[in-house]
Amino acid sequence: MNKFKKITSSSMFLPLFALGILLLFNIVFVNDFLAISMENGHLYGRLIDILSRSSSLIILSLGMTFVIATSGIDISVGAVVAISAAICCMLIGGRGDGIPEHPMILAMLAGIGIGVICGIWNGLLVSKIKIQPVVATLILMVAGRGIAQLLTQGQIITVYYKPFSYIGANIPGSILPTPIFIAALMVLLVILILKKTSLGLFIQSVGINPTASRYAGINVVLIIFLVYAFSGFCAGVSGLIESSLIRAADANNAGLNMEMDAILAVALGGTLLSGGKFYIGGSIIGAITIQTLTTTMYAIGVSSDQLPVVKAITVIILCLVQSKKFQTVFNSWKNKRQSQKVVDRT
Amino acid sequence: MKKVLSIVVGLLLLTMAIGCGSNTSSDKSSAGKGDKQIVMGFSQIGAESEWRTAHTKDIKQAAQDAGIKLIFSDAQQKQENQIKAIRSFIAQGVDIIAFTPIVETGWDTVLKEAKDAKIPVIIVDRDVKLNDDSLYVAKIGTDSVTEGQNAFKWIDEYMKKQNKKPRDGGDKFNIVVLEGTVGSSVAVRRSQGFTEAMKASPDASKYEILASQTGEFTRQKGQEVMESFLKSYGDKIDILFAQNDDMALGAIQAIEAAGLKPGKDITIISIDGVKGIFQAMIEGKSNCTVECNPLQGKLLMETAKKILKGEKVEKNVFVKEGVFPADTAKDTLPSRKY
Repeated sequence: MNKFKKITSSSMFLPLFALGILLLFNIVFVNDFLAISMENGHLYGRLIDILSRSSSLIILSLGMTFVIATSGIDISVGAVVAISAAICCMLIGGRGDGIPEHPMILAMLAGIGIGVICGIWNGLLVSKIKIQPVVATLILMVAGRGIAQLLTQGQIITVYYKPFSYIGANIPGSILPTPIFIAALMVLLVILILKKTSLGLFIQSVGINPTASRYAGINVVLIIFLVYAFSGFCAGVSGLIESSLIRAADANNAGLNMEMDAILAVALGGTLLSGGKFYIGGSIIGAITIQTLTTTMYAIGVSSDQLPVVKAITVIILCLVQSKKFQTVFNSWKNKRQSQKVVDRT
Repeated sequence: MKKVLSIVVGLLLLTMAIGCGSNTSSDKSSAGKGDKQIVMGFSQIGAESEWRTAHTKDIKQAAQDAGIKLIFSDAQQKQENQIKAIRSFIAQGVDIIAFTPIVETGWDTVLKEAKDAKIPVIIVDRDVKLNDDSLYVAKIGTDSVTEGQNAFKWIDEYMKKQNKKPRDGGDKFNIVVLEGTVGSSVAVRRSQGFTEAMKASPDASKYEILASQTGEFTRQKGQEVMESFLKSYGDKIDILFAQNDDMALGAIQAIEAAGLKPGKDITIISIDGVKGIFQAMIEGKSNCTVECNPLQGKLLMETAKKILKGEKVEKNVFVKEGVFPADTAKDTLPSRKY
């Protein structure tokens, strides 16, 4: 019993539980959900799809977790994804014969670089100029897509350069899609930073009480600046994956609504939007849960006009399952009913 | 001192009022004359696909050629932006309003405002549902139902000509459909045209729609949904009907990743006719595209001029469209404008 309590009270339990319910549902109702086969030298199956497709969301939610831990929020990431995708595809160029106009590595660095620049912009606005995070990042959220459109001149730039597709699909010879490796690398980087430095603790303390943190000698301005810059970096990386997946820069749709998904992933992961303690593991599970939900909807063939409703209901249920407040209310209601029954009987 | 100030303020207000009055009156008088440049407010949905970009370009070009001043507004896929744009056109007092509605419903109020301001409205490319059809003067666009019908007719002929057999060995060809944006008139009508033609055909018993899901007219969603279709029905799918070319392009990548040959194992037909799909057809990865002609600008400007001259126009005006199978792609590509 004690052990059970220990497991259920662990921070990872609820996010994993929610994901578990979804997976169980899939295993029961979707044919061959777990089936994985080899196709042309790479693994092929729904589980691989889910992992690969959730990669860019995982990367975004890593950055978002830190931002939210400092009690901030970054709603510009979706637009930054579009800018990064636009820059990258623009530099490689849309030549039909598949010859790149600039080396791909340069284009990739530029895509990530522009993400970092956007992050720095957000960071300066929030940390130095002290604009509220929602408002500060709203600027880029609105303007970002416009910037991406300007870069692509309103066109969808299709890249025919073959190696570009490796980022979103498989590098020849690799059995797993590249996005999974990129996401794993980013997670590793974050874990390394958290383990080797005290940044995690600083971020947490800034989120709980910035004034007290400042008195304790933490450079609050720098910490807040860094988390936004890192979030921009994550958005830049995710932009590369998103554009490579479709081998094109689609300024209107790349990363559309992804900021909301990233925030939802963080929330599902158990990090409070009011800041403070954060759970990187939870955010990752949250991101995978969201993608699993989407894949499930397609797999069981929910018709397109009912899709958003079914999705919303599932999210509500998942959130309720995880809400501590709801659990206490539910338990007290259950106890009351039970005691009512006892009273009735006597 | 106070008195002086109030007089000054009063005088200022008066001059401003006079200024405004004279301005509006001169506006009206100039709008009344026919020889002054026509001002058109146009609200576009956004730039969700290559097709839409071609549509926008053509309208801008046609306006220039016709000597009409175009106030262009990009709604970035949001109805509220379009409503805002139309309101601002009314406020600016343009001569005529044209717009491509992103969804069918919810336009009554804003179009009533335009009517009250006596500004004629032309609906371009997509359709609307209104309680009162007098709220707009004309609809210009493509006939989505016919496009859907043409798509099925071509498939039926092609399957017979190529003597194809269902891949799962059954007696029915299995079709999967990638639909457009949920609720958009184009998606609804293309589906309608396709299924109607299928039911009416003598070969109706040979076809079955296995699955139908929205790909939101984008490559990304088209690819993601096709991936899921392939996992669910991998060996059964014979035909893919994508309601626009971009979704087909996304789906082609998903089909290749699944180790199948797009265009051979799965016959692909899409609608629109953008350059990208011609490129794919030349490579043998797609089979046919039904044109949905975005070059509507010229017709729009002609109709607008007619309306402003007070001539009678047809309520529904359709542009010309064609069907382009893969074997004609190589010859057609260089002449494509979009």
